[in-house]
Amino acid sequence: MQFVNLAAEGKVNPLIPHTAELIVGAIAFTLLFLVLRKFVVPMFEKAFTARTEAIQGGIERAEKAQVEAQRALNQYTEQLSKAQSEAQTLREEARVQGAAIIEDLRAKAQEEAARITAAAHASIEAERQQAVTSLRNEVGALAVELASKIVGEALDDQARQSRIVDRFLEDLEKSK
Amino acid sequence: MRVLLRSAEGEGFVPPSTKDFELPPIFGDNVYTTKPILLVFLSVILISVFFILSARKAAIVPSKFQFAGESVYSFVRENLAKEVIGHEFMRFVPYLFTLFTFILVNNLFGIIPLIQFPTMSHVSFPYVLALSTYLVFHYVGIRKQGAFKYFKEILFMPGVPKAAYILITPLEILTFFVVRPLTLSLRLFANMFAGHLLLLVFILGGEHLLQGVIGLKLISPFAFAIGIVLTFFEFMVQCLQAYIFTLLAALYIAGALADEH
Repeated sequence: MQFVNLAAEGKVNPLIPHTAELIVGAIAFTLLFLVLRKFVVPMFEKAFTARTEAIQGGIERAEKAQVEAQRALNQYTEQLSKAQSEAQTLREEARVQGAAIIEDLRAKAQEEAARITAAAHASIEAERQQAVTSLRNEVGALAVELASKIVGEALDDQARQSRIVDRFLEDLEKSK
Repeated sequence: MRVLLRSAEGEGFVPPSTKDFELPPIFGDNVYTTKPILLVFLSVILISVFFILSARKAAIVPSKFQFAGESVYSFVRENLAKEVIGHEFMRFVPYLFTLFTFILVNNLFGIIPLIQFPTMSHVSFPYVLALSTYLVFHYVGIRKQGAFKYFKEILFMPGVPKAAYILITPLEILTFFVVRPLTLSLRLFANMFAGHLLLLVFILGGEHLLQGVIGLKLISPFAFAIGIVLTFFEFMVQCLQAYIFTLLAALYIAGALADEH
């Protein structure tokens, strides 16, 4: 209406609004507002949120991996040092055990040596004793035989014979 | 219309005037079929389609198309809403985003070939936008602080000596209830109106010179060249005005939300 009036007058005041335009402007603006609010803003916000989460998630994952790696490294270092100390202990133990074994063997060897020496002494003594006994008998017989030959007297009585030999031998030992 | 006017008045050059902004209905006598009204509807369709298609996928890694839409959106969201309004900004992003894209596209119609008419040079549209912004920021202030406290702080600014109220109170009333909506709408309207008029002067003037004697014909390319330079200049003004309108809307909302003015 306004348009028609003003055009008819040939004068146009640009500051006077047109009713039709006011209505259309309000409707169009509201419509656009509703469309953008409903379909556009939430979608862009969704994209922004997803992007932020993706970036944050990536950082968190990297941090977690780093912590995990650090943990593994610590574990390995600890295990290594434990193994080293264990090896050290084992070496020490082996050294001590070796020394003990050597000591033990030496003692045993000495004991064995002593035993062998003692056995040798005993056997030598026994042999000597045997030799003395057999010598005594033989010497006795020889002496008797000799004496009988010399005296010419048959000394067949056994008891007498041995008494004479013993006496002879005692005299022999005394004179020695 | 211009052609008709010129032929009726003979050879004399008729400088472009406010009449050039009064376009007759395209279909018969229906006042809802004028060029500005159809352009407003066109802008709504263009903006809706562009942003719906751009935002449809909401992919983490955006396509070029999504990136284009997102850039405009995040410009309004970050540089206007977030920076000016602060932590409550998200509630106002849809409104400011609509305001910015609506004004920008309608302004750009002024230099888009074949369309070449800035819708906002019809004062009705800036009036609607300013009125809506006016209602929004007062509503927000009343909701946030309560009607009594909100109006009391506007009328009697805290921290001012009592005697100064004689001077300040009328000024504050004028600022909040008259100057703000008026300047908001008139700034946008006047810029678009003057810009379009300026382009008309040089382009229609160049055309008129071309019809004159040989000497005038030689001058006409300069008029067209200035017209082209001014078109670039207009592009800048059109973007700037869309930005300023949205920025001021955000500032007014931020002011209404703040506890003290």
